[in-house]
Amino acid sequence: MVAPLPVGARRVLEHDDVRRVIARLAHDVDDRLRQDSKGPLALDPARLALVGIRTGGAHLALRLAEELLKVTGRAPEVGLLDITLYRDDVLAGGAMPLLRGTEIDFDVDGRPIVLVDDVLFTGRTVRAALDALLDLGRPASVRLAVLVDRGLRELPIAADFVGRSLETTRLEHVGVQLIEAGHDSDAVVVTVKTDRRGSKR
Amino acid sequence: MTSTLSQPHLLGIEGLARDDACLILDTARSFTEVNTRALKKVPALRGRTVALLFFENSTRTRLSFELAAKRLSADTLSFSASTSSASKGETLTDTARNIEAMKPDLVVVRHEASGAPWLLSRVMRGAIANAGDGQHEHPTQALLDAYTLLECWKRSAAQGLAGKTVAIVGDLSRSRVARSNMLLLPLLGAKVRVAGPPTMIPAGLKEVYDVDVYDDVDEALFSGDPVDAVMMLRIQKERAGTAVMGSDRDYAFGYGLTAARFAQLKERRNEVLVLHPGPMNRGVEIDAAVADDDASVILQQTENGVAVRMAVLYLLAVGMTQRDRGAAVEGASS
Repeated sequence: MVAPLPVGARRVLEHDDVRRVIARLAHDVDDRLRQDSKGPLALDPARLALVGIRTGGAHLALRLAEELLKVTGRAPEVGLLDITLYRDDVLAGGAMPLLRGTEIDFDVDGRPIVLVDDVLFTGRTVRAALDALLDLGRPASVRLAVLVDRGLRELPIAADFVGRSLETTRLEHVGVQLIEAGHDSDAVVVTVKTDRRGSKR
Repeated sequence: MTSTLSQPHLLGIEGLARDDACLILDTARSFTEVNTRALKKVPALRGRTVALLFFENSTRTRLSFELAAKRLSADTLSFSASTSSASKGETLTDTARNIEAMKPDLVVVRHEASGAPWLLSRVMRGAIANAGDGQHEHPTQALLDAYTLLECWKRSAAQGLAGKTVAIVGDLSRSRVARSNMLLLPLLGAKVRVAGPPTMIPAGLKEVYDVDVYDDVDEALFSGDPVDAVMMLRIQKERAGTAVMGSDRDYAFGYGLTAARFAQLKERRNEVLVLHPGPMNRGVEIDAAVADDDASVILQQTENGVAVRMAVLYLLAVGMTQRDRGAAVEGASS
């Protein structure tokens, strides 16, 4: 049963679409890693680790790991990164998310890492995530996988793996709803924000 | 749960809401992870200045706050009493105004006069963290004690200390550590027993704090439910004369955590924890063998102190920024 949408909202990915898109992301990640293992980087696919950016990327990283297990027969390690302390607006006011902590139980040194987030928007979150990740060590490579790229970048950042690209305006909010986060079904919903821009999620 | 403190300063545990205490303790957990990294630094307070005003001698608390500020990437201004113009007769308010002119964002203060941090909060713009004032409070010490207990018992701050019995033994009238703990531990749900010589128990303690008071340490430790943790207070020879404490040996015999008392505690509760805020007087309030026993979490307390103080500085800075922004928005719209 799919819940009715509020006025002005559009559902851009349905439950099955989300599953399919994540499965395709897993294949993309695997393909790229195979190329890189033969190329000059000589990455070791067995050492792949996924790092989800809290909170939106956390569930997604676990999903992607499941899909990668299906594709490669090998489950990559998954870590969760809290970027709150690295945000460029940490002391600029605005609503402050609760600090949840970074949980990365493996050594990132020398590993191919895929950062995972739900929505790529201004690029500021990814900038903060890169700083946070590089403070933990020196990965062999860092790639970026996102479920939705909604454009409107403010920094020179691009994703390596994109589930779906969307044309959006600043007045819109892109919500990724996953069952793990307490939603009835998976979906990506675009709504028009009533307040001004500033609170991403 | 909110992510900012409901108050602008940390002047004491008195008046601290349980939600605020839990927020500090939860936030400290994230900073504990930072402190285990090879690169123990996060950029959260980059460009902010923390003034460390230590009008009274301190080594561990000052180092702990200084390290906390540095691990948050803040700049620190250090000040200690022996080298300051306080010794040249300047008043606290004048010293504060001069430091204020250098625009620190956060001010950590220790002073021998109770209430000094409160006074500074009236004349300075920055957020104040009390690092111990006279015989009043030492809130970050109580928070790190509570944090250490929660970590040892593998509990979250929300679960609190319910069902646990903690005994605090020592000079209850002069100890600011005791005062802050007598407020914080019951706030988190612990049953607290306090014990000390009758000369060191202020009148009316029971009416003010949610604690059971004993003037016989053996009765406090060995009657009723077994004690889960015992916190020994430093005997403050510089504040308490022999008239109130007797000789060192009298005190150790009557009120110290001797090897014999410790053995009896372990018999009643094998996993009992021993805490001490330091610096210890070995052989007076705590036996050397007990201080070095596995049950002693004294060094964990010091370690956790850094994470707890990082949490306090971070949350005070975030709170201050949000209030400034709120004021700016109000000013702009009016």
